[in-house]
Amino acid sequence: MSGNPYQEDRGNKDASITRPGLGGEIEHRESGPARAAAADIFLVGESMTGGYGKGPDILHDCTIAVDRGEIAVIVGPNGAGKSTAMKAVFGMLNMRAGRVLLDGEDITALSPQDRVKKGMGFVPQVRNIFPSMTVSENLEMGAFIRQDDIRTTMEQVYDLFPILRDKRDQAAGELSGGQRQQVAVGRALMTQPKVLMLDEPTAGVSPIVMDELFDRIIEVARTGIPILMVEQNARQALEIADHGFVMVQGRNAHTGTGKELLADPVVRQSFLGG
Amino acid sequence: MTQSMRAPLLFAFVAALFLLEGLTDAWIFSGSWNTSLSILNMALVSAVMALGVNLQWGFAGLFNVGVMGFVALGGLATVLIAMPPSPGAWAAGGYQILLGLVLGAASIAAAILAYTRLPRGRRRVVVMLAILVGGFFLYRWIFDAGVQAVESINPAVTGNLGGLNPCGDYRACGWMTIISWPVGGLLAAGAAWIIGKTALGLRSDYLAIATLGIAEIVIAVLKNEDWLSRGVKNVIGIPRPVPYEVDLQNDPGFVERAAGLGLEPTLASTLYVKFGYAILFTIVLVLILWLAQKALASPWGRMMRAIRDNETAAEAMGKDVKARHLQIFILGSAVCGLAGAMMTTLDGQLTPGTYQPLRFTFLVWVMMIVGGSGNNFGAVLGGFLVWWLWVQVEPLGAWLADLVTAGMAEDNAFRTRIMDAVAHMRLFTMGVVMLVMLRFAPRGLLPER
Amino acid sequence: MDLLNAVVALLNFVLIPATAYGAQLALGALGVTLIYGILRFSNFAHGDTMAFGTTITILFTWWFQSMGLGLGPLPTALLALPFGIAGAAFLMLGTDRVVYRFYRAQKAVPVILVIVSMGVMFVYNGLVRFIIGVDEQRFADGNRFIISARDFKEMTGLDEGLALKSTQAITLVVAAIAVALLFWFLNKTRTGKSMRAFSDNEDLALLSGINPERVVLVTWLIVAALATVAGTLYGLDKGFKPFVYFQLLLPIFAAAIVGGLGSPLGAIAGGFVIAYSEVMITYAWKKVAGYLLPESLEPDGLAQLLSTDYKFAVSFSILVIVLLFKPTGLFKGQSV
Repeated sequence: MSGNPYQEDRGNKDASITRPGLGGEIEHRESGPARAAAADIFLVGESMTGGYGKGPDILHDCTIAVDRGEIAVIVGPNGAGKSTAMKAVFGMLNMRAGRVLLDGEDITALSPQDRVKKGMGFVPQVRNIFPSMTVSENLEMGAFIRQDDIRTTMEQVYDLFPILRDKRDQAAGELSGGQRQQVAVGRALMTQPKVLMLDEPTAGVSPIVMDELFDRIIEVARTGIPILMVEQNARQALEIADHGFVMVQGRNAHTGTGKELLADPVVRQSFLGG
Repeated sequence: MTQSMRAPLLFAFVAALFLLEGLTDAWIFSGSWNTSLSILNMALVSAVMALGVNLQWGFAGLFNVGVMGFVALGGLATVLIAMPPSPGAWAAGGYQILLGLVLGAASIAAAILAYTRLPRGRRRVVVMLAILVGGFFLYRWIFDAGVQAVESINPAVTGNLGGLNPCGDYRACGWMTIISWPVGGLLAAGAAWIIGKTALGLRSDYLAIATLGIAEIVIAVLKNEDWLSRGVKNVIGIPRPVPYEVDLQNDPGFVERAAGLGLEPTLASTLYVKFGYAILFTIVLVLILWLAQKALASPWGRMMRAIRDNETAAEAMGKDVKARHLQIFILGSAVCGLAGAMMTTLDGQLTPGTYQPLRFTFLVWVMMIVGGSGNNFGAVLGGFLVWWLWVQVEPLGAWLADLVTAGMAEDNAFRTRIMDAVAHMRLFTMGVVMLVMLRFAPRGLLPER
Repeated sequence: MDLLNAVVALLNFVLIPATAYGAQLALGALGVTLIYGILRFSNFAHGDTMAFGTTITILFTWWFQSMGLGLGPLPTALLALPFGIAGAAFLMLGTDRVVYRFYRAQKAVPVILVIVSMGVMFVYNGLVRFIIGVDEQRFADGNRFIISARDFKEMTGLDEGLALKSTQAITLVVAAIAVALLFWFLNKTRTGKSMRAFSDNEDLALLSGINPERVVLVTWLIVAALATVAGTLYGLDKGFKPFVYFQLLLPIFAAAIVGGLGSPLGAIAGGFVIAYSEVMITYAWKKVAGYLLPESLEPDGLAQLLSTDYKFAVSFSILVIVLLFKPTGLFKGQSV
């Protein structure tokens, strides 16, 4: 019985008057201006501190970055704030300190939608497709902000994920877990992003599918799109990563290239199971 | 204004409104105690209704948009209990009607039994359908004949079964009417049990549409089943629990006392009667309010709120959420039924044609929202305030219209248009009041905490 | 011959009226289901929205009639319909701006919006009363019949007449056009697809650059159009009475739920299911039975399963039965 009186539903679950399930969770907010700023790295979230809404801080002076042509991964134990850090970079967090720079611009004040327009592609961990729409409609919606011809991009996505070409007219919600993740990544690629951010793309898929997904992600990276991703499977992720960020309790614990981190005895001991 | 002062102040404000209505004819007030008491009596009944809805929505999040149906069932109870039985009706066809109804219910029960007991497959469907279709025709055959017999008995005056009042004369045994109030609650509770059992038992609940539908069906039954409620011919002259004006005026003692107070007998008798109702209704309101407060402070009430605020957790702790919901839905509906019986008693007649959802369902919601959902005192306050407004909107509108069009000629087109519109101000105003409250004070005048 | 007569009687008294009524309900239910899918709540003000749109249409119809403007054999109301839609759209956008938008910004839970829509219902109801009063209005003009019962009898030599009122035919044609347009819009246009995307996954729609406010705006516009068309067709067919429109809420909700809330196809199917059951169960079958059965078996009474006043009971029973066996409705809706 606290907080927003407009959000009290008194436990009502009447399906004849209200649609069950989640509505939009992203806070609506006005975008501030983007300012020019000097930075060498393509995308960097610098000394980010903040939390959700008016809640407590989850991130403490956390820095995440990815440079052109690289794959950067964020790893760490459960509840370390990995996804939160990524959401902070994407503007879905209430930041109290720090800034986010993209391609020489300070975009800290921008809303998530405007960051998409600036060239950030984001694939959420869950609820990352339009289940009742067909695969091709999903891709089309991904390119909603584009006014030009999207057919070549769509072909590129189909080349990258051939299975989607076969299933283009099927409802995305009817596909298998791995295929859905491909739709999700494909949708994000449709904006022709300058950087792609993936939140645990392999969550809940089988090991075989996981390997395939990693292969695809590497392929995407080879096309020149920098990739920032959060991963549960730290070892596998660090193996393909150019840069790794190990997070613990909302803070940077270790930072280095993927190889360095894999070789670091402390990291091995604590996070990779020896 | 501190929270603790808020309730007394607001109630004092409402009391002042009613006092002003009686004391002065300035502004929109009439200066008539008679009017003041009339509004008060309906306000008391409305407050009880708002309490019932508040039990359901405020304390359990159950969305009941069929208040009208329960209120009407309560009204039916006064007819079935307090009216004298129609001479010869029972012998002519009453028992046959009962038999028909029992057979109808039995065939539904048999069909359900067949569905649950027989193994899956085509045979089950066939058996079930056979029972239902056969049962329906048997029911109609017996029931229709009974109905025809009852309805043909002196249709201009009765044509229905009547009630159980043993005293014969319509003025005797007024206490039977008071008996009918809890019976009205029981009738409503029975209907609520059936609805709740069906609508809350489905995988996800569908209570809103179920209550919306049942309310319309109850009204349709009251309008059509002449043997039960005389339909649109209305039942008039329901015995009163308070004295009749004529009797009072013929009583020299009363006339003398009235003269002592400086009142003429006619006015004194009306006031006396209305005051009598007010006292009865106040007793009921206070009783229900007290019970509701007690119940909510009890472990049961704490559990209800725990379920409301976090159903998953409550379920995990082993609480039977569905059963609790059913319980409170039945209780709330019973309170609405009780209020409905009181209202029909106050009117002295059952007029099925006058039940309208806007007035009997949604207006009660406005009362609760304005008063404060989840707060019993809030619901009562809302009942008083909104009912007062409902009645006074027209004088208020006329006053406003006068103000706006002052200085215009009597026959000015704009002026006549505005004056016409005043008659339709009511619903519009209620909507605006509700929207303004929801926006600026979503927890109501007296918030839950 | 008797068989033919029975078929004609059935067509005349059951199938044709029920089809027209079904189309009207389907249009109403489409509006309810769209709001449920996109704004996530059931709009209690829908019946009164229909009444408002129809009111504006009637006013324009009268104005056109007074100017001698008309469509010849077709009702003038068709000419006035676009203006009615514009009026309703204006009202709905105004309401969204003044009322609903605030709650979206607050991320209000849907059930609060349901309660808010009750307030809006009161306001709309009051508005309609201000504008046109509470009395019944007839505004149908043009030819009354496409085929009148007498012509049909003369043409075929049957005992039973078959009347096809022009309002019934117009209902079907207009409803078919409206539904075709709607489905084309939802499935083929960018804006339509963005509405479906928004209904599927609000956050992802936002991240794809779909503007929620625009989706909501377009939804209100479509709902205003559907409601006005449904209301006008119903009014042409059966006369306009504000209170009846309010009562249509129940069969409309029932149709939307039976079909599966949130599913446009379901809304159409639900509309016809409800309409057919209402008409068939409350129709007095005596006439049809009289043609089909040998004299000895003819029913004495009207052979009416339920009196017409119980039509709500029928929609409601159908609703309960469907929900008991298929909680998501005939077409998988979004209510689970």
